[in-house]
Amino acid sequence: MAEEPISRAEVEHVAELAKLSLTDEQASKFTSQLDEIITMIDGLNEVNTDDVKPTTNMADATAFLREDIAVNAHQKDALINEAPETEDGFIKVPAIIDESEDA
Amino acid sequence: MNFQTTIGLEVHVELKTNSKIFSPSPVEFGDNPNANTNVIDWGYPGVLPTPNKGVVEYGMRAALALHAKINQHTHFDRKNYFYPDNPKAYQISQSDVPLAQNGWIEIDVDGKKKKIGIEEMHIEEDAGKNTHNPNGYSYVDLNRQGTPLIEIVSKPDIASPDEAYAYLETLRQRIQFTGVSDVKMEEGSMRVDVNISIRPYGTDKFGTKTELKNLNSFNYVKKGLQFEEQRQQRVLLSGGQIQQETRRYDEASNETILMRVKEGADDYRYFPEPDIPNVEIADDWIKQIEETMPEMPERRRQRYVDDLGLTDYDAMVLTQTKEMSDFFEAAVAQGADAKLTSNYLQGDVNAYLNDNHLDLQDTKLTPDHLAGMIKLQMDGTISSKMAKKVFKAIMDGEEPNDYVKAHKLVQLSDPAQLQPIIDGVLDANAQSIEDFKNGKDRAVGFLVGQIMKQTHGQANPKIVNKLLMTSLNTR
Repeated sequence: MAEEPISRAEVEHVAELAKLSLTDEQASKFTSQLDEIITMIDGLNEVNTDDVKPTTNMADATAFLREDIAVNAHQKDALINEAPETEDGFIKVPAIIDESEDA
Repeated sequence: MNFQTTIGLEVHVELKTNSKIFSPSPVEFGDNPNANTNVIDWGYPGVLPTPNKGVVEYGMRAALALHAKINQHTHFDRKNYFYPDNPKAYQISQSDVPLAQNGWIEIDVDGKKKKIGIEEMHIEEDAGKNTHNPNGYSYVDLNRQGTPLIEIVSKPDIASPDEAYAYLETLRQRIQFTGVSDVKMEEGSMRVDVNISIRPYGTDKFGTKTELKNLNSFNYVKKGLQFEEQRQQRVLLSGGQIQQETRRYDEASNETILMRVKEGADDYRYFPEPDIPNVEIADDWIKQIEETMPEMPERRRQRYVDDLGLTDYDAMVLTQTKEMSDFFEAAVAQGADAKLTSNYLQGDVNAYLNDNHLDLQDTKLTPDHLAGMIKLQMDGTISSKMAKKVFKAIMDGEEPNDYVKAHKLVQLSDPAQLQPIIDGVLDANAQSIEDFKNGKDRAVGFLVGQIMKQTHGQANPKIVNKLLMTSLNTR
């Protein structure tokens, strides 16, 4: 799969997922740029990784697990003040049709 | 053509930890909007999530209750999507290495037992809550953002809506007994997503599946699946094809209604969560949790049958919820007869709960009081008729012994007190004695009635009967 350069359709799909609208020139430009990047990264496929564990975290560390103790930061007012629009303690946003699955 | 059905269930369960999964904000319900949020919950730049040990532990408890294998080297993944209930624009979840895999639970449909496999169980964060307003705005409350969830995915073993119902019941019960969640659909601490496909009998390839939404109770899950099973059969039998689509169950019409057709798979661009290192679970930790696992419902049922002499049915009903089962055990520990306690809980208490739309823990009834009343009945202090009055009182929170004393509800059981009354009644009813001698059994009932009347219903019927028969036979 890594042999294939990225298609323009894929670039447009990813842009749509990221809520970016691209002009024709941008789409062409990003397609060729991403193509170069992917070709470069593909160099990694030449390395034999048969005995290498998949890397899921760059830090190669073990997560610190916090004890289950609740602390209320009492940051509500400060946070609400920073929101562009609020009402009765709620954040007010333009209504958006649910495109997501629930949780 | 005959079809076979395959049902998949994804169940989300909220864990009742003290704090959220990646931030120390409290997990509390019903507070003012956004009161339990901090910069992490709002997804501010530069904040770092720190996983809650309690969530991993609760997740492991749930996994063990589902006989699942815990992955000791696990990690979180990022699931990307845009929606205002989730300000980070991604959910921290788990994808390729879930906390646990390969579990099973045993269901029972009309006495037929079947093991249903569990594909995987992972931990993740819940999103906030959006309230849509007709004014063109949505109102966002992030209190729920970061509430820990487990998601339990079934294997394609569920073959009918009845099995789906039984699976959910069993799952709810087992999770509830671990104490990690309230698992209440009506309060949103348990949510169910359903998919269903059918295929001609004997074929290997699964049919195209549809997803169902808006299933707000186990019953609606069953009804929605029943409708959808029939609908898919009608489509296929008329030569049509099933589309991959999401349908909404409508409670009023008991139908499923098309919401949207799915084109291609969801594209969440999962990748390993860079802000959280891998999670390592030591053998000792698993062992410690195994050793502190609470008794599961089937063990309790076994004990109720073997040690307390209850029927399978009674044991099944009593272990439906942990509250009921704990209540039953506490009352029996106080010395109440197991069968009588079981009868009260399933009969009068249950009727009371249904009539008043209450859960057991929301009433004033205590195991002590129920046991107290049953013991008064067991030692003959009160009759079963008097117990009805006492029952009403203990449901209002009264102490049974005090109530019985205050209302003089003491059964008259002393033969020395009863005999003169019986003699008096017999002297006054020579005709009844004659009838009895001539084999008319109804006469006895009449005489008992007279004695009860004279004692204002307080005579112990058992003793009255015994004394009366002796007296009649000697006259």
